[in-house]
Amino acid sequence: MLKKEVPQDQEVLDGVSEVFYAVDENGRYVLAPSTGWEPANLANLQAWDAIRDELTGMVARIRANRLSPLAYHMAANQMDAKLLASYVGLFVWQVRRHLKPGPFSRLKPEMKKRYAEALLVTAAELEQLPADLSPTMLRIRKNRPAGKA
Amino acid sequence: MPISFLHRQSAHCESGVTSNLLTHHGAPLSEAMAFGIGAGLLFGYFPFIKINKLPLATFRSAPGSIFQRVTSRLGIRVERRSFKNPSAAMAALDRMVADGIPVGLQTGVYWLPYFPPALRFHFNAHNLVVYGAEGDAYCISDPVFPDPVVCPRADLARARFARGALAPQGKMYCITAMPKSLDLAPAIKKGIQQVSSMMVKVPFPLIGTRGIRTLAKAVEKWPRRLGERLAILHLGHIIRMQEEIGTGGGGFRFIYAAFLQEASEVLGDARYLDLSRRMTAIGDQWREFALAGARHCKGRAGAQESFSDLANILRACADSETALFNDLHALVNR
Repeated sequence: MLKKEVPQDQEVLDGVSEVFYAVDENGRYVLAPSTGWEPANLANLQAWDAIRDELTGMVARIRANRLSPLAYHMAANQMDAKLLASYVGLFVWQVRRHLKPGPFSRLKPEMKKRYAEALLVTAAELEQLPADLSPTMLRIRKNRPAGKA
Repeated sequence: MPISFLHRQSAHCESGVTSNLLTHHGAPLSEAMAFGIGAGLLFGYFPFIKINKLPLATFRSAPGSIFQRVTSRLGIRVERRSFKNPSAAMAALDRMVADGIPVGLQTGVYWLPYFPPALRFHFNAHNLVVYGAEGDAYCISDPVFPDPVVCPRADLARARFARGALAPQGKMYCITAMPKSLDLAPAIKKGIQQVSSMMVKVPFPLIGTRGIRTLAKAVEKWPRRLGERLAILHLGHIIRMQEEIGTGGGGFRFIYAAFLQEASEVLGDARYLDLSRRMTAIGDQWREFALAGARHCKGRAGAQESFSDLANILRACADSETALFNDLHALVNR
């Protein structure tokens, strides 16, 4: 890659620039800043779309009272039952059980607090679906003043 | 008060941390050199290891190996610790920072608030250097960022105890003693020996250029085996592993080419310069794969462009890399 070919396709990096290795006009390798490359951006956005699709399916099942809101907050943090279990210090089967509305509603407040802390929400927020159904990280991005890292 | 620590942005976190720590301790070493001596380059395709339900393809060696190999090959003494208890881990960090020692940490990207949100996935092998504390926050030299950053204590503690694959368990490391002088030539040769034999001499179909061919075969079958939607997700995942932040472009191939260029000067051997040029061309081939793959993901591939064509680009990469690493292996083992 030549230095003048280093891509500048800003889309996902929020104005942060990364470094590419490229060859200058004398054939020497130099570090060249880049704001992103389109194929990499596309692959990144595609990964987020897959997370959003999963969330959409989940929201429907939570509204139909077949899953607890915990399932949403787990998936919105890109976690599965196994990963969430290791964060809250439970067995996987216990977390799976709490994904059902009945067992979830019977949880003690301390347990709900542990889940809430691991999932970056308050105990009250854990009980329901948020107004904005984006994945947790992208929600953070929207609420932040533009251009601030 | 933070100590003075020279932050230099780099393409890859671990080689960047290694380079910055060595430079701080009076032995300026470029990132590319750290990457080459640490034998950072690799290819591996492990379909049975899943990341977000997608098969693992890696363009680099295992996390932690670069720092470990560079320091051992150059005779640098290091101290490494990991912890069970987060408050003990943070207390140990505070003590070292108070003593003015820059400390390398392994962290989980998901919990680092200064990361662009779009990059916050559960990836647990991100390296950074803490060089100071100000109030309830740490001054951090994160090598993939243009400038030093600040991270609140609670967030850093969370990132150090991220769970899941490659969990850092509070791992921290620092340099305790430097040799009188760095003898680069033998270290460079060892690094090249290791990379070239991993790439072409391992008789196992998932590693090195054999791994690239196995991936090519798999890519060809994806549309039939998985259906269009999943095939595209798998393809996008490979592109991310190859091109997302931290690779320097072309799945680390350009960093390695930069290393070979520098190596030719240190070793005074122009043949490495020639190999560096060939490595650059291979990096461009990989980028061609990402471009063609992205056209598929957008649904803009022409009618004549199929997954078999993508597989053929991969095979071309494998052919060039086989030839290059065989030559490199022969050159360094003479």
